[in-house]
Amino acid sequence: MKNQNLYNYILTIADNSLILAQRLGELCGHGPNLETDIALTNISLDLLGQTRSYYQYAAKISGEDKTEDDIAFLRIEREYKNCLLVEQPNTHFGYVIGRQFLFDVYHFMLMEKLQNSKDETLTAIAKKSIKEVSYHKRFSSDWIKRLGDGTEESNVKMQEAIDDLWRYTDELFLMTEAEKIMVKEGIGIDVSSFKEKYYEEVAEVLKDATLNVPENKYFTKGGKEGVHTEHMGYILADLQYMQRTYPNMTW
Amino acid sequence: MSEKNIKNLEEIFEARIARDEKIEPKDWMPEKYRQTHIRQISQHAHSEIIGMLPEGNWITRAPSLRRKAALLAKVQDEAGHGLYLYSACETLGISRDELYEQLHSGKAKYSSIFNYPTITWADMGAIGWLVDGAAIINQVPLCNTSFGPYARAMVRVCKEESFHQRQGFEIMLTLCRGSEEQKAMAQDALNRWWWPSLMMLGPTDAESVHTEQSMKWKLKRKSNDELRQQFIDQTVPQADLLGITVPDPDLKWNEETGHYDFGEIDWDEFWQVVKGHGPCNKERMNARVNAWNNGEWVRDAAMAYAEKNANKKVAKAS
Ligand SMILES: [Fe+2]
Ligand SMILES: [Fe+2]
Ligand SMILES: [Fe+2]
Repeated sequence: MKNQNLYNYILTIADNSLILAQRLGELCGHGPNLETDIALTNISLDLLGQTRSYYQYAAKISGEDKTEDDIAFLRIEREYKNCLLVEQPNTHFGYVIGRQFLFDVYHFMLMEKLQNSKDETLTAIAKKSIKEVSYHKRFSSDWIKRLGDGTEESNVKMQEAIDDLWRYTDELFLMTEAEKIMVKEGIGIDVSSFKEKYYEEVAEVLKDATLNVPENKYFTKGGKEGVHTEHMGYILADLQYMQRTYPNMTW
Repeated sequence: MSEKNIKNLEEIFEARIARDEKIEPKDWMPEKYRQTHIRQISQHAHSEIIGMLPEGNWITRAPSLRRKAALLAKVQDEAGHGLYLYSACETLGISRDELYEQLHSGKAKYSSIFNYPTITWADMGAIGWLVDGAAIINQVPLCNTSFGPYARAMVRVCKEESFHQRQGFEIMLTLCRGSEEQKAMAQDALNRWWWPSLMMLGPTDAESVHTEQSMKWKLKRKSNDELRQQFIDQTVPQADLLGITVPDPDLKWNEETGHYDFGEIDWDEFWQVVKGHGPCNKERMNARVNAWNNGEWVRDAAMAYAEKNANKKVAKAS
């Protein structure tokens, strides 16, 4: 493939949206009330829409006879480039919110920068996405505050989730080979450039929510290089079920 | 209030309905009207949210990104329908929590159709096509029902349901134009959903209670059997178009009546499911009760947080 680096770069961003949308899709109908059900479905739908735009673009530049669905459904686990954070399970609502919040703050900063990419298609996707992501961030930050500063029980649960998910945050700022090359070409974003700002913003919201900023400095990484947690295989088993069972059909 | 006065009020009330005026929540209404509406509207609301479960079951496994997004959006619409209907019901002086309590304790009913399992992707097509289709037939007349908030909710709901129905039919059409396996999947789904869909339109007129009063209040305009006939007459040609067979050997066009004749419905099965012994009654209830119980700490936190913030604002203002 001629544009292998760009292709990989697109997937590095898109796979996060796909896998998080998939995780949120599991919750539909099972949330704490109808309003949160509807809001989380909205977020899932936004992320899916973004995923499709990225994959359609990736399919186009692949120069092969690929579709968005081939990219979404027909890779092996090692080829998915999403970060470990988004594949973490819906252990309880605190984890759903914690995962969303820790991702949204990052996602927003990434989209902010991607709007100025030299690649026009990515710029267009980022401009559309940033409006959605800013809503996601407001939703998840508000819930972090509600749960952190709600009841004693909710504070404990929210803290538990943040503590557990914290070790997946550092990976967001690691740069893969494809990313580094794309940065050099003015297409990709140097994610490490907003790492500090990320942790500041996260800390501010957590403090507002009367939550502790974890001091843990031991991080887990690998997702961006295709080395996932044990959860990923099960996510893909569901995601790919139809396409693997009934190959080469139109749905 | 004397009995004579109440009688008078009732006469005025019935006359308003007869004149096609809408009854609004603040208007005087007979207690029986209120109770009947709470029962029917909440039953409808419960059906919407229980109805999210069988389709929600396929969101993570939808076969394409486009189908996944459409299914998510559909299930979200159903949540929205639940929301409007609970709100309409609340105007009658009952809280959402009380309504949930009735659902979770088994006191309130919901549409039995959702107690059937969704075991293949084709079920997403069959549900949209048949179940949303039958729902529309049930609900379109309610757009003119006498209770204002219910009638207005129904106008919005029906618009979305007809979109769901077209989407379901389109899933079926894609399957029927696809491979042999896909077509077999579509046929199998029709086989399993046909009879339960007919049952969705309610027991036969001979066995149906409440009908006369409901007709007067415009909660019902046609009898269950009339609605069922309308559904069959509308749906059979669509099955023909798809090229799949309705699983009823007695189904036959009747030149004389201008309707389809159809075979005997297994009412024993219907009552078995209504009484709680269908294939998924337990699973559906457990899912709702678990969601509610697991969400309690979240709702409590939201309430506590809102109170704290309201207090802070008061403190600032004073
Ligand atoms: Fe609905
Ligand atoms: Fe409905
Ligand atoms: Fe519907």
